[in-house]
Amino acid sequence: MTGFLQDRKSQIITKGKGNFDLIGGKPSIAGSVSQRACVFCGSRVVLYPIADAIHLVHGPIGCASYTWDIRGAMSSGPELHRNSFSTDLREKHVVFGGEKKLYAALVELIDKYQPKAAFVYSTCIVGVIGDDVQSVCRQVEKLKHIPVIPVMAEGFQGTKKDGYKIACDAMATLVGTDESKVISPISINILGDFNLAGELWILADYYKKIGVEIAASITGDGRVNDIQNAHRAALNVVQCSGSMLHLAKTMKEQYGIPFRKVSYFGIEDMSDALYEVAKFFGKEELMDNARDLVKEELKTLLPALEPYRNALQGKKAAIYVGGAFKAISLVKALRLIGVQTVIAGTQTGDTEDYKLLKTICDDGCILVDDSNPVELSEFVKQTGADLFIGGVKERPIAYKLGIGFCDHNHERKLALAGYEGMLNFAKEVYETVCSPVWRFAL
Amino acid sequence: MNEMKEAASSCNACKQCAPLGACIAFKGIEGALPMLHGSQGCATYIRRYLISHFRETMDIASSNFSEETTIFGGNRNFNTGIDNIISQYHPQVIAIASTCLAETIGEDVQRLIYEYQATHEEVPEMVFASTPSYQGTHYEGFHEAVFATVKTLAKGKASDNPLSLHQLNLFCNLISPEDIRHLKEIAADFSLKTMIFPDYSDTLDGTSWDSYQRIPEGGTTIEAIENSPWAASSLELGYILNATLTQSAGEYLQNAFGVDNFRTGLPIGIRESDKFFAQLSALSGKVIPLKYQKQRGRLVDLYFDGHKYVSMKRAVIYGEEDLVVGLAAFAAETGIKPVLCATGGESGTLQQTLREVLGDLYSEEIIVGQGMTFEAMEAAIHDLDLQPDLFIGNSKGYYLARKLDIPIVRAGFPIHDRIGAQHNRLLGYEGTTILFEQIVNTLLEDKQRKSSVGYKYM
Repeated sequence: MTGFLQDRKSQIITKGKGNFDLIGGKPSIAGSVSQRACVFCGSRVVLYPIADAIHLVHGPIGCASYTWDIRGAMSSGPELHRNSFSTDLREKHVVFGGEKKLYAALVELIDKYQPKAAFVYSTCIVGVIGDDVQSVCRQVEKLKHIPVIPVMAEGFQGTKKDGYKIACDAMATLVGTDESKVISPISINILGDFNLAGELWILADYYKKIGVEIAASITGDGRVNDIQNAHRAALNVVQCSGSMLHLAKTMKEQYGIPFRKVSYFGIEDMSDALYEVAKFFGKEELMDNARDLVKEELKTLLPALEPYRNALQGKKAAIYVGGAFKAISLVKALRLIGVQTVIAGTQTGDTEDYKLLKTICDDGCILVDDSNPVELSEFVKQTGADLFIGGVKERPIAYKLGIGFCDHNHERKLALAGYEGMLNFAKEVYETVCSPVWRFAL
Repeated sequence: MNEMKEAASSCNACKQCAPLGACIAFKGIEGALPMLHGSQGCATYIRRYLISHFRETMDIASSNFSEETTIFGGNRNFNTGIDNIISQYHPQVIAIASTCLAETIGEDVQRLIYEYQATHEEVPEMVFASTPSYQGTHYEGFHEAVFATVKTLAKGKASDNPLSLHQLNLFCNLISPEDIRHLKEIAADFSLKTMIFPDYSDTLDGTSWDSYQRIPEGGTTIEAIENSPWAASSLELGYILNATLTQSAGEYLQNAFGVDNFRTGLPIGIRESDKFFAQLSALSGKVIPLKYQKQRGRLVDLYFDGHKYVSMKRAVIYGEEDLVVGLAAFAAETGIKPVLCATGGESGTLQQTLREVLGDLYSEEIIVGQGMTFEAMEAAIHDLDLQPDLFIGNSKGYYLARKLDIPIVRAGFPIHDRIGAQHNRLLGYEGTTILFEQIVNTLLEDKQRKSSVGYKYM
């Protein structure tokens, strides 16, 4: 391990070597070339899929430009979220303040697009130049009679994970502000699915089949009015708990809505999610439906997976993703198709998450928090991984070193959730790992 | 059209922020590792954005501001950042660009560099470009970084090794790695010993690796930049370059060291390529090599073969200002009518430059839009009934072309929805040949697709 940063020692462990816990939640070190983003990014990705709201980035152009249509979060209706709105602050605003510009921008956009709400994201310099974003939002809200919600997400004020919390707080101001929607007593809110490649629709279909209605999907295919009515659902079902658990906890405190943590990746986790929800409602009928659904799905899925498992048996994977729960699901899903995880890392896991991740990994697996290209590439060489699962920033690490890659981040166009997602996943892993091109790798 | 009604909000910008441009330029220095002085997100977003275009590793460090840094200043983070870059990357150069946050809180990066150098031994070279994102676009950031690098590294003392001296400084502008390689080939064919800067033709378009290259091989050598004051002349590609900068790299070398500075546009199309080749011929004292005369001849022949497919076609051309000038000059000489020339830049000189460069092919009907967003382009197309047949520009215009159900030919930066952006060729007779074929074939494909007949000859 040449040239690794000494200060990051506690953030790298090998399972089975020594009895250390992996430490998570530390701020990134300057100059480490962290793969993490910022507070703004955390808020932006969580709120992004709300499709009938204006998402206005208050700041110079970069932050808006780099997040334009950044996620493959699909909408069944309006697509306002796929635009990149910015106040595009210039030097004169830095000197004289940007409040007037923000006010004018909000009024202009609301008049033009008639959104159901507006989210206003503060970027790094907004606080520094003294703009009172909250006050501007209040004024416009009064004028236009729609919720105008400040998202105080200055990039430097913590990590991406802090941004998740800020986004949850922003949504919490919406929850409970409307009672007009008809909501069934057997209904759930889906938290933490972002409808990438239409995944939410796959899940909604499963839930519907077992007899459970979706009150609000937060935020995949999200709508302002659904979120406003979300306090009337019976249960919050939380995936991607790093990003959404805070909202679930807030709703439990304020409205007494219980929550369950689930994951929809892999057969095991997907089935557990359905059983968990069925169990919650305490109706035998729901549980029977869930069992039938799982049985039915597995009847076709398992034989379909078989050829992939045979081809992939003994291959090794590196995982570096945003949150720890995704990593845990991936380890299990990979195991199901014969692939062993040899590197498991995340940007935002905490120490508790990592204990669980360590438990399910095999001995010899390298676990890493807030890693960087220098470390990840070195680990790939050390372990002889055949596959890397990550996001766009990890892709060139894999390809440069001549191994396969699967995108498990915002930009993927392939549904990986649910049973059909598992088959897609196996197919994608096979397509990349077993490609003949790697024979040309050095 | 320069007097467009200024909107308070921007929707779907046709520009990125200045530090991004600086990072691209810094990738063209051999042994350099860029660092952004600001929040972690800036480096990460810019890395992601650039990886989606170049599909190469993109290690860019951040000084990782926290709340404390923002209140008390970035001194400690700056030093830690530099320490950690050195221990992980052993760079020859640390190339630093500022962000809006660092500039707003008044960070004096030059002083931080000076203090670091004064208190440490064996420090790599450090270059600093001031690139607050509230000023200019990625295009200005790129040129600021080119200027800052030359100003810092061009030492002004004669090289000990006269053999290492070159004759020409070629400032190649924001172009694709493949186009950089083509310019190098052309300069070599004129037997001109040339420093091309920034040369990211290898660093941003490398081979497959056996092990991770923390700093990819390639780039303009420090020695070549140091020796730039001793070249006979500089040639800058682009008429507009950085309008917010008091002087460009070429102008700096001229003013400080008396290096003759010449400018041509980006050599796209026959007439602009002719100017470029004539300039190289004059600088080298050599006739244009037969190889390029033949390339020109084949291009003329191709124009003749293809002219009817493009004649009177109405094109929307957009991107960085000098790219727009080059593409419009090319389009006009093939019979394509540029109906909207749009840029996110705000030099204030785009229209005049277009008028001069297009000459008799300039039409007062061309709508020239500066400070444009894609939404503003859409409004202009609609309100002015421009009825375009074709988009030529970066991939961000795709959604609009799709909405209008017209084809798009991707050129410039960024190209996020296709493979091979690093090989996107525009320059010289050869690059123009590829571009022209692409445009004709795209139009033919569109015509075939929309035809009920399914012609086999087009």
